[in-house]
Amino acid sequence: MLTVSIYRYNPEIDQEPYMQDFEFDAQGKDLMVLDVLEKLKVEDPTLVFRRSCREGVCGSDGVNISGKNGLACITPISDAVRGNKLVIRPLPGLPVIRDLVIDMAQFYAQYEKIQPYMINDSAPPKIERLQSPEERSKLDGLYECILCACCSTACPSFWWNPEKFIGPSGLLQAYRFLADSRDTGTEERLSNLDDPFSVFRCHGIMNCVQVCPKGLNPTKAIGHIRKMLISSPA
Amino acid sequence: MIDKAVRFYHSGLFDWFVQRVTALLMTAYLIFMLIYLFINPDLSYGQWEALNKSLGMRAFTFLTMIAMLSHAWIGNWCVLTDYVTERLIGPKANFIRNSIRFGMAILTFAYIAWAINILWRF
Ligand code: SF4
Ligand code: SF4
Ligand code: FES
Repeated sequence: MLTVSIYRYNPEIDQEPYMQDFEFDAQGKDLMVLDVLEKLKVEDPTLVFRRSCREGVCGSDGVNISGKNGLACITPISDAVRGNKLVIRPLPGLPVIRDLVIDMAQFYAQYEKIQPYMINDSAPPKIERLQSPEERSKLDGLYECILCACCSTACPSFWWNPEKFIGPSGLLQAYRFLADSRDTGTEERLSNLDDPFSVFRCHGIMNCVQVCPKGLNPTKAIGHIRKMLISSPA
Repeated sequence: MIDKAVRFYHSGLFDWFVQRVTALLMTAYLIFMLIYLFINPDLSYGQWEALNKSLGMRAFTFLTMIAMLSHAWIGNWCVLTDYVTERLIGPKANFIRNSIRFGMAILTFAYIAWAINILWRF
């Protein structure tokens, strides 16, 4: 029997959040944490969490699993159980709406700031804007981000200044567009990032790298942005 | 030119840059001191005085002192804007933070004056 300890909070009834323990029998199988949550929800339908694709693609089930942020659907319990106990909490640092569901508005606001779309005012060619394989390869390790927020909510700089520091996820995306050969907004993008908070609040402790379920490296992307800021003429 | 300098000063790049340069200078000073003490195991007072009286050494010490104070000033600003904010401790935060900054500014100037006094007294 496995003890699954889950963060519960329903603002309509609860004065404050509490941890609820469930006994769970995995029947010797190495289930994913999301499977455990699904089964527990059958037992207690008031348990609330987000999920959709159940295969690490949509980014909706980011939670804090035994102290480490990750996607419940691709984290096997064998990786997360400590001493026969599995502890599941919402991602830290953002307001909790209910149980494991957090309010991601602040996270998306930072994403919006970096203008996550192509800037290019030149007339579009007949078919498409072409890239060489080398130019395209610059986007590898950047475009795969699924905006699960595991990284930003693991970042102390984002906890303390979520309205000023873009956070690892947003900065990885910022670099994704800075690195795109088809984008002409480089100068504009850089000048929106050169204040003391947006990029420079990153102190390089790499919590983000440690938790990213897609194996991406926001710290490296932030280093590239910093380098571009240093060498930019403005 | 001035525009550029002003912009640079207000960008995060300036602080970032100052932190790196001052860290290098402090490291250089530390390494210099360690090596000097290592190759002069039975250092006499006269030698020590001569070293510290030389113009080069005075300048080096003074610059390192300024580097340390700038480094601390920026670091302190970072820590305060992380933890002493309205978000974390409520509406009093700005007053508390600015008071600490003010105290720190006075202390910084006092240290500079003190350093000058020590370095150019003898
Ligand atoms: S960088 Fe990784 S952890 Fe961060 S939002 Fe993207 S996929 Fe999630
Ligand atoms: S490396 Fe930077 S962005 Fe990543 S967790 Fe640390 S401070 Fe945050
Ligand atoms: S449910 Fe889609 S990423 Fe886990």
